Amino acid sequence: MSNGTVNLLIGLVMGLNLIALGSSRLPSLIRTISAQGVTLGVMPLVLAKGNIEWGLVLVALGTVAGKGLIIPALLRKATRAAAVEQENEPYIGFVSSLLLGAGGTIAAVALAGALPLLPEHAGVLLVPGAIASVLTGFILLIGRTKAISQVCGFLILENGIYLFGMLLIRSTPLMVESGILLDVTVGVFVIGIIVDRIQRAFDSLDTRNLTTLRE
Amino acid sequence: MRSLLLIILPLIGAVIAAMWPSNRTRPWLLPATALAHTALTMWLFFRPPAVAGNAWVGFDALARAVLPAVSLLFLGCAAYAVPYLRIREERQNRVFVTMLLAILGLLSAGHQARQLGVLWIATEGVTLATVPLLHFNGTPRAFEATWKYLLVGGTGIALSLLGSFCLGYASLYGGGRGDLTFVALAAQGVSLSRPWVLAAWVLLLVGYGTKMGLAPMNTWKPDTYGEAPGIVGALLAGGVTTVAFTALLRVRSVLGAAGEGAMADRTMVAIGLFSMLVAATFLLGSRNFKRMLAYSSVEQMGILILGAALGGAGVAAALFHVWSNALTKGSLFLSAGNLRRAAGSALVEEARGMCVLAPRSTGLFVTGMFAITALPPFAPFFSVLRVVRAALTEGHHAAVAMLLGCMLFAFFGMTRVVLRVAEGRPKAAARENARRFVESAGVIWPPLTMLGVSLWLGLFTPAVLLNAWTAAAAQLFPGR
Repeated sequence: MSNGTVNLLIGLVMGLNLIALGSSRLPSLIRTISAQGVTLGVMPLVLAKGNIEWGLVLVALGTVAGKGLIIPALLRKATRAAAVEQENEPYIGFVSSLLLGAGGTIAAVALAGALPLLPEHAGVLLVPGAIASVLTGFILLIGRTKAISQVCGFLILENGIYLFGMLLIRSTPLMVESGILLDVTVGVFVIGIIVDRIQRAFDSLDTRNLTTLRE
Repeated sequence: MRSLLLIILPLIGAVIAAMWPSNRTRPWLLPATALAHTALTMWLFFRPPAVAGNAWVGFDALARAVLPAVSLLFLGCAAYAVPYLRIREERQNRVFVTMLLAILGLLSAGHQARQLGVLWIATEGVTLATVPLLHFNGTPRAFEATWKYLLVGGTGIALSLLGSFCLGYASLYGGGRGDLTFVALAAQGVSLSRPWVLAAWVLLLVGYGTKMGLAPMNTWKPDTYGEAPGIVGALLAGGVTTVAFTALLRVRSVLGAAGEGAMADRTMVAIGLFSMLVAATFLLGSRNFKRMLAYSSVEQMGILILGAALGGAGVAAALFHVWSNALTKGSLFLSAGNLRRAAGSALVEEARGMCVLAPRSTGLFVTGMFAITALPPFAPFFSVLRVVRAALTEGHHAAVAMLLGCMLFAFFGMTRVVLRVAEGRPKAAARENARRFVESAGVIWPPLTMLGVSLWLGLFTPAVLLNAWTAAAAQLFPGR
């Protein structure tokens, strides 16, 4: 398959980034994350351009299962356990987040231009897509107050790193696959929320309440 | 093989601990495994194995220069853990003991990692294994600290993976064959793609810098150290930060080979001094003696990273400071844990007059404070002195002035907190609380021994250690 398909998928990921920045309802945010996860899962197979190996299939399946199904399911469970549906008063408003995200995407394309690429990666948008996702992740991490939105931000940041890893999947597959540990980190986050929710009333799951520890 | 045993042995201990039926006897697995680990480390230290150039894991000169300190720190913490967990018998300690042992294994892997990916996996593993330890107390405050640790630490670790990818791509672009051992990367030298190397350095410095707790990525540290049990604080401050520091040293050696060493050194001097400034500022206003230790740790990290930027002598001095910091900080965290237990609070207002309520722990705490603020004759004084000497040789006069100024303010801040905790009339609540706390030998000996070792290191720095530090510096930065 040509670079066109890959770029289409990366474009889809970048579009999903913007949707994530604009959504105030947690279920739709989680749906966006899940769609992004599945898109990323398909990526290694498309990039392989026909010569598909077992290792790549495993990475693809693992990614779809982890990022597309398991983590979104855990996140849904956490929203139910905490009974939060909505991101009410974000630190950075939804419109400003979108504008920042759009600006970030443009900056990502510009920044990627400064980094040299091997001929086989030249026409692919992997690097701008990766930087844009990392920036989107940061905006969500900083700009949202609900713990679950922040976890989604971390996940998008991590997706950006995964996207970047696609450049190296041929030469150093093991290192790229170790990125799966970041998914485990996300799992720990979410399980932490659920466990804590069961242990005691952590009322709004609002990280603004996590301000007991300060100077 | 023996070097792999250092990793496998604690992990086997962790598996046994996970299956051990009795809550009462399980903690004994900690000192047992720690003793075996220390013995093995010492054997490797005195009879270092030959490490193949392309080995992914190995007890090389850098591992030899720092891993024994971490092993000794863990041994002290393990000895302390037995009486500590006996006091806290009401809580299940299965996860606690298992994770502590897993951390020892992963720390051994991280210090011996000679490949970019292995190093990252070990650091990430340590980060994840620490989470249940921080949450051990199960309070809302502990949850808050754990959350911040995961959020900030997780982001840092994610960025260091991105940085590792960038370095990998720099190698690929420069004609590398996908061999990401540090030796192979350094051998590529200037053929590494410059823009990618720079991107990698920024991301790795921020990423591993977050794990070290360098300012401005230090925000998780006070919360975490303030709420975690003393043992966990000691291991984080002396062991986990050390892994991130050695990671940066290894990456720095690649940058040196790529011809970007001077740029890397400038950034490290800047971030080191900024960390010291932030630490000194917050120490002056600290009101909680456990959070005070966290800011003091930020200060120590600043000294480490500053030393690492000062050429061969500076790196050797920084490796010395790794030892001083691990042992002195370890002792401070354990005695602070005693004081916190006796007073029922870590706030200065609540924990007055501790020299009446817990005289031995207070004595240790005060002595440890003087040691860590680099008063002679403890080890930190001598290691900082070496850092200063290296800085003067390199012509960094302004940096030395700032270093000493920050250390002076940190000293003022820490003495203010520590002496207020030691002196005065204890509050009624603290008096009541202290009745349930017994200063048994088990909770005094481990911090006392660590402080003793710190003193011994300062007074009689063994030549074999000095050689180990110099050899590690020479391995990382040939010709400097």
